[in-house]
Amino acid sequence: MNRAGTATACAAMLRRDLTLAWRRRGDITMPVLYALIVTMLFPFALGPEDTLLQRIAGGVVLVTVLLAMLLALDAMFSSDIEDGSLEQLVIAPQPLALMLGMKILAHWITTALPLIVIAPLLAGMLHLPTAVMPVLLLALLLATPLLSLLGAVLVALTAGTRRSGMLLALMLLPLCVPAVIFAAGAVAAAQQGLPWAAPLAWLGSALVLAIVLAPLACAAALRIALDA
Amino acid sequence: MSNWIPLWVHKLGSPPTFYRFAGIVMPWMMALALLVGALGLYGGLVLAPADYQQGDAYRIIFIHVPSAWMSMFVYAVMGMSSVIALVWRIKLAEVVAMESAPIGAAFTFITLVTGSLWGKPMWGTWWTWDARLTSELVLLFLYLGVIGLYHAFEDRRQGARAAAFLAIIGIINVPIVHFSVNWWNTLHQGSTVKLFGPSKIAWDMLWPLLTMTLATKFYYLASLFRRVRTDLLALEGGKDWVREIARSEGDQ
Repeated sequence: MNRAGTATACAAMLRRDLTLAWRRRGDITMPVLYALIVTMLFPFALGPEDTLLQRIAGGVVLVTVLLAMLLALDAMFSSDIEDGSLEQLVIAPQPLALMLGMKILAHWITTALPLIVIAPLLAGMLHLPTAVMPVLLLALLLATPLLSLLGAVLVALTAGTRRSGMLLALMLLPLCVPAVIFAAGAVAAAQQGLPWAAPLAWLGSALVLAIVLAPLACAAALRIALDA
Repeated sequence: MSNWIPLWVHKLGSPPTFYRFAGIVMPWMMALALLVGALGLYGGLVLAPADYQQGDAYRIIFIHVPSAWMSMFVYAVMGMSSVIALVWRIKLAEVVAMESAPIGAAFTFITLVTGSLWGKPMWGTWWTWDARLTSELVLLFLYLGVIGLYHAFEDRRQGARAAAFLAIIGIINVPIVHFSVNWWNTLHQGSTVKLFGPSKIAWDMLWPLLTMTLATKFYYLASLFRRVRTDLLALEGGKDWVREIARSEGDQ
């Protein structure tokens, strides 16, 4: 029997997920619209005062992006569970962790990347100084994959349950407190003209750790959730 | 020759044996908890002198600190039995982990509430975003997440395994809670009771504190055993030994 090489399988997996997402482009725009509307609500709620909005801009953008990602996380495995392709993936000869890593990457590209692209717009709406923008983008680039990876583990755990939306929020939000602290810390430090490399370095190290461990944990969690 | 200890531990892992064992031990644990707790409270509320700065208000420490220790201790027990449950697939370990979660959540809640009550007169605020307070709050959410995930599954054993996995992920928070006062120097005071080296607390106040700690441990064991017994009966409902118990209790 000829068995596809690991690299080929990875590429096929990534291509499949991206194609599926592209066929349903409407779903990609939903988190983006959600983030835009939530950000728009803050000036209404707090008053259009420039100095106040400037001070909270970094944190608001980070939390909004996090919540938008949370909304999209639920869908990471749901369609694959419905049509049974996830079970096929579990019994496939290729390492499950690697395949899931590809799925997480595809999910990050389709949900987090559009959010990062509009993040400058969101920050601009709240008058974040232009000089701080690169730091915010860097923080988002490091924090969003971390959230995708962590979220994937928890989504895999809830794969066998029916109503998982609120439960997922309850489980994920406490675990991403450190990511929010460091990302917002970097933005706040840059805004005050202080060195901002240290919190980003922490985020980066956490991300490296998560890239190595999260797919393995995700695979283990999926095996637990699917065996019945 | 002396391998009766491992043999006994292995035997204890089987549900009927543990059910009987827990049934014998539980009343003793509860009695000890009440006795030692009464002693500790008498020592703390009556015998211990008032604090030179906080007056009598400090006496809430005899509830607050033991609960805080227990909130971490119970999580550690839950994490360890989760590892045992996932690696060796021992049914009893799953039950212990899942039945520890509500008790730990209750201790965490008590810690937060008493801390809040203590904070109002001493710090002038119910709540502050201090490292220790925040990490303790995260601990509560982790407990609630474990409980929620456990109940989200229809199959209890599958739910227990999934929740056990979550408990293992969350164990990273326990050292953060413990060391938060050393790593971030914020409003919450550092630790005064030390396992190694002299504690920074007078003996008159220390002994009731340690006694209360012991009492909460006994209470935890009693409560855990009671919960585990109930859960084992529900889980093993179709087995012979449960039928036996149902029949003998029905005759009475």
